[in-house]
Amino acid sequence: MIPVSDFVDTLLGTLRDVTPIVLMIAIFQLFVIRKPIPNFKRVLIGAVYVIIGLSLFLLGLEKALFPIGRLMASQLTDPAFIYAGVERLNHLMHWSDYAWVYAFAFAIGFSTTIAEPSLLAVAMKANQVSAGAIGIWGLRIAVAIGVAVGISLGTYRIVTGLPIHYFISVGYIVVVIQTFFAPRLIIPLAYDSGGVTTSTVTVPLVAALGLGLAETIPGRNVLIDGFGLIAFASLFPIMSVMAYAQISEFRNKHLKTSDE
Amino acid sequence: MILVVLFFQLIVLQQSLPDLGQLVIGMLLVILGLTFFINGLEMALFPIGESLAFALAKKGSLFWLLTFAFFLGFGTTAAEPALLAVAEEAAKIAAAAGAIGTSEIAQQKYAQGLRLTVAFSVGFAILLGVVRILKGWPMHWLIIIGYTIVVVITFFAPKEIIGIAYDSGGVTTSTITVPLVTALGVGLASSIRGRNPMIDGFGLIALASLTPIIFVLIYGMIVQ
Repeated sequence: MIPVSDFVDTLLGTLRDVTPIVLMIAIFQLFVIRKPIPNFKRVLIGAVYVIIGLSLFLLGLEKALFPIGRLMASQLTDPAFIYAGVERLNHLMHWSDYAWVYAFAFAIGFSTTIAEPSLLAVAMKANQVSAGAIGIWGLRIAVAIGVAVGISLGTYRIVTGLPIHYFISVGYIVVVIQTFFAPRLIIPLAYDSGGVTTSTVTVPLVAALGLGLAETIPGRNVLIDGFGLIAFASLFPIMSVMAYAQISEFRNKHLKTSDE
Repeated sequence: MILVVLFFQLIVLQQSLPDLGQLVIGMLLVILGLTFFINGLEMALFPIGESLAFALAKKGSLFWLLTFAFFLGFGTTAAEPALLAVAEEAAKIAAAAGAIGTSEIAQQKYAQGLRLTVAFSVGFAILLGVVRILKGWPMHWLIIIGYTIVVVITFFAPKEIIGIAYDSGGVTTSTITVPLVTALGVGLASSIRGRNPMIDGFGLIALASLTPIIFVLIYGMIVQ
């Protein structure tokens, strides 16, 4: 079972991370704005909630979900698993022999993104600002699909050893083209969703997958090829969110014209 | 959340479960933690970000608004644990590639420099984003210019730094910074006449993920 001391440790860690932010806000509030925070009591309780919630969340991840995620990442990238049943021809593996790795990358990208608290925060805000036009779940699923595709492609890159900037440059071009066709309201939100996807939950698991894979595959340099998955996970949600907006706009237009 | 649990179980069930009890407790903790977090968001982080934005906008002092924007980005990023880990990893890579000395001190100096570089670039990004909200510049031009710079610089940057530079864009934005920054942007955009919170309020995080890439690539070139 999970000992209480672990919870205290996580809580202290969270407090340490939060301290600079709290200090900054306090200094500005006291010396620059010089006005009391409205509903101070409520805000204080909320802050305590955030810290407790984050600590519990991290503890749960650290104790239960991460070990399993890492274990599976290492099992799947284990040569014994990958080469099982495949005839080895001078160590030359075809990229398609890693099918399970891609499937796992997709699943892990999708599920960790759905669980990401920062994405939830942005989705809630977007829902509120757009007066409900952007659904919380719709946005989260769109982003999760983007991350899933991105990470699968990123593992494909590690397997094939192609340089990362080819993918990223092409990705940028697609994003720019999409920007001109996507509904204007969604654009900044789409850009933002690229940045929020990769935080507490996604980064440790995805990093473990990338490094494990780079270690296993012959001819890959862990230092050069192990990194870069996060970059994929930040780029593809931009596309998927814009695509999501385009599709829903198209459907709305279609519905309107068929009504008339 | 139910979907997540289902999803994890679906994947996990294909393998033997190492410790079912631990897993169930962990998941309960995650769900409980998220519930607290969401309540806290609504009660603390969103209102604080917004009230700060309103107060600073009302004060009418551009200097304090920009100072706040910069330090919000710089301060929260410099203390970010994920960044710390990445910076140390990067120092090892640089040492292995022969860009810097392999001694402990050289690596620490490199990691420290990298961390400050990223923190500075996030501060700069939030500042730039706030200026954008004030001026009402369209978001996509900034992003396109940023992308172009990234692509051009990539060709001149040392190979070892590229993966890390691209990744550093993603790790800078932590769970507490994101809601605060989002609320700040939306609050600011809604307190200025003629700005649409949907179009102008979002985008700060996008800039905060883009500028570190540029600055880290440059840092890699300078150190090399």
